[in-house]
Parts: sequence; structure tokens; C-alpha cells
Amino acid sequence: MKGEMKELKLTVNGRPYELKVKPETLLVDLLRQELKLTGTKVGCLDSACGACTVNIDGKAVRSCSVLALQANGHEVTTIEGVADSDKLHPIQQAMIDHGAIECGFCTPGMVMSAKALLAENPNPTREAVKEAIQGNLCADEGYVKYIEAIEIAAREMRGGQ
Amino acid sequence: MIAGFEYFAPKTVAEALSLLSKYKEGAKIIAGGQSMLVVMKQRLLTPEYLIDIKGITDLDYIKYDEKQGLKIGALTIHRAIEQSSVIQEHFGVLSEMEGNLATIQTRNWGTIGGNLCHSDPAGDPAPVFIALMAKLKLASPGKERIIEAEEFSKDYLETDLKPNEMLTEIQVPNPPPHTGTAYEKLMVMKGDMGVVGAAVSITLKTGNGVCENARIALANCSSVPLRAKKAEKVLTGKTINNDLLTKAGEVAATEVDPPDDVHGSAKYRREMAKVFVKRVAKIALERAKAA
Repeated sequence: MKGEMKELKLTVNGRPYELKVKPETLLVDLLRQELKLTGTKVGCLDSACGACTVNIDGKAVRSCSVLALQANGHEVTTIEGVADSDKLHPIQQAMIDHGAIECGFCTPGMVMSAKALLAENPNPTREAVKEAIQGNLCADEGYVKYIEAIEIAAREMRGGQ
Repeated sequence: MIAGFEYFAPKTVAEALSLLSKYKEGAKIIAGGQSMLVVMKQRLLTPEYLIDIKGITDLDYIKYDEKQGLKIGALTIHRAIEQSSVIQEHFGVLSEMEGNLATIQTRNWGTIGGNLCHSDPAGDPAPVFIALMAKLKLASPGKERIIEAEEFSKDYLETDLKPNEMLTEIQVPNPPPHTGTAYEKLMVMKGDMGVVGAAVSITLKTGNGVCENARIALANCSSVPLRAKKAEKVLTGKTINNDLLTKAGEVAATEVDPPDDVHGSAKYRREMAKVFVKRVAKIALERAKAA
């Protein structure tokens, strides 16, 4: 029946959830409004800016362009699930130390794109780093610092190699 | 924002087809939804019943056989095609095309079948499949039919699919010996929809290097992915030189009926069709010579 709530089982930041959602709910709205995980940002809501990037099963995906129900059975990671309790993730730390963060609005999406990249490719070329954040717009045009910070984090995560 | 609908998530093709037969025109299939959710947000599309096939894992595969060629399940994500070693080795043009299709986020969730079924004439995969002489497998309850890739798009966002049918597989034959294929598009930023795009496949005769067969398919030059048949004839049966490539571009520019929009005027697109047909045919020719 139209308007009928549907069951949704998924894992968000390691925590299992069993929820009921309206079928038309976007993943980003589930995260921000139902689960109150507001670190994931909404920029364009039109699959153009990448601010809403999360990881689904470790891959970077735009949460404004996925129905919440399509995440059924999947593992979602948001910016809230990246740090190890009080210790920031090396990508986050490198972005702070290197001055990559300006207004910060695009940062959660940048971190999630970088995290997916480094999980797949621990030693990326500069081209690969650029490609990984190609779908994340920064209104401050702070791309160079982001690219450098991701390279610094990659080195750190490889144990300084 | 998105209008309400009743939601189904079938786990098999048979289940999806039975839902399609039940709800017919009121139903719409969603795969990755990377294009479809955009039009649903704009309320240009308001299905009563949404059949989410993204979870049908049986349609997520890439198979290669030396005799039969390549078979890609409709629910294979773009990123898997881009990164597939067997595709990189035998159908490099497909991997290259995917590398410039939107962003990694889109390629990680969007599917090849969803892209074709959206039938946007600016889409990248369709012209490449047409140049590669691919076929599409369409399933309906208890039946299957196979059509040429170039027969699939009927008009802007419209396909040959009947209300009870769904696309299940793309079949790409092994190209004949001495064949080269290439695809390029005019982008403002990497990953943009092409202002225009051109896919060209050239097969040379063994020995004398005469063009035995040429296929040219254009993106964003008409309401469907457009085969430039007159331009193909310019090349077929000839020993291709630079003048002939220029001529093929000029002839292709007379065959297009491009959109006129904020991304480019019709006049500009016609000019770019001329440039890209020549440019891409030159790459295809070099690849055919090296093959």
C-alpha cells in the first residue's frame, strides 16, 4: 500500500538498526533526521556537490542519491564513525594539521571520499587522489590543501613509508 | 520532495517480472537510481509502484569467453566495469569510457543497465555499445528477446522496453581482427555529461589496410544515441587518410540534430560533432593498425 512504512535493517557506524521508514526517504534524511547524525551535510540534494558522501560497504556513495531502503542489509559509515573514540582518524588529523579545512562544510564528504580511496589504494598517485575527490565540491576552492592532506594521511597510515 | 509510492524489493528476476506484469504502466523499475532519483525529486517521474532491483545479485556479473565475447549483467556497477581486468584487456574502450562517467560516488552505486534504460541521449555507454555492435537481452515473464543496442533507445528518455520487460544483460561480441575502437566526449570538467561524445570503431582488412567496416555513434547529438551512417560510408572501403577523416567529420555534422541548451548551442554541437568524429576516428584507426 502506498505510504506504508517498510522495515529496514542496516548497520550504521558499526551499530545495527531495525527501523521503519517511508519508502521515499533518502538515505541522507534517514541519517540526519531519524538517526540525528548531522555530520553528513546536505548541499545541493541533487547529486552534484558530494557534501553528503558516506561509505556503503566501504565505497564512497552520495547519500542524497540512494533511497534509505536501498541500504537494507548494508554497512553505512558516516563521518561520526570515522574517529576512534577521542582519537581522530589520520585523514581528519592531517586535514586539521595541514590547514585543509576552511569553512568545513564539504569536509565530512571529503573525508569519506578519502577514506574509501585509501581503503582501496593505500598508496595513491596524485591523479588518483584528485579523482577520488573530483565529486566533492569545495566552495572555498581549497582543493590543493585537501589533496596534500590526503597524501600526508596516506603516508601516515602506511607507517610513514 | 519525492512523491510517495509503494515499494518492492524482489530478490530474483522472475519475482521482478511478475511485479511488472501485475502493476504494468504504474510501476517503474529502479536500479542504482543515480539518474532516476534526480527526476523523481523534480517530480517529473511519480511512479505508483517502485520495483527496486538493485538487490538482485544474479544480474551483477562480468563474464568473458574467447568465442562468445563479453556478457555484462544489467546490475553491474559502473566502477566494476571500469576496474575489470578482463574488460581492460579485451574491451579497453569500455573501461576508458567508464572512467569519465560522472564521479566515483555515482559509479560506485549506479548500474550499467540503469544507465541504458534511462535512455538519456547524452549518456556515454550507449554509443560505445553501438560502436561495438553489442546486443541487449530483454526479459519478460517466460520469454527473452535479444535486440541490437542501437534499436534500444526510441526517443529522449524512452526505450523499446514493453511495460512487462526488463533489461537483464549486455552482450558484446569479440571484435574482428584489426579492429580499433575509441570514445571521447567534450567535457568542461572531468566526469561531466558530454556536450557531445563520439564512439568510433574501425576494422581494417588484413594485408592492405583498407577499412572494411566503420561504425560511428554519437552522444548528445539527437534525441537518441545517433548512428552516423553516412559518415561511416565515407570511410568504409577506403584507405583512410587525414582528408578522409576530415570528410567523415563534416558528413557526420550534417547527420546530427543536436539539442540547443545552456551547455551548448545546436550550432556549436554540430561543429563539435565534426571535430570529435575526426579526432576519435583517428584514435580508432591507430588502434586498428596496432591491433
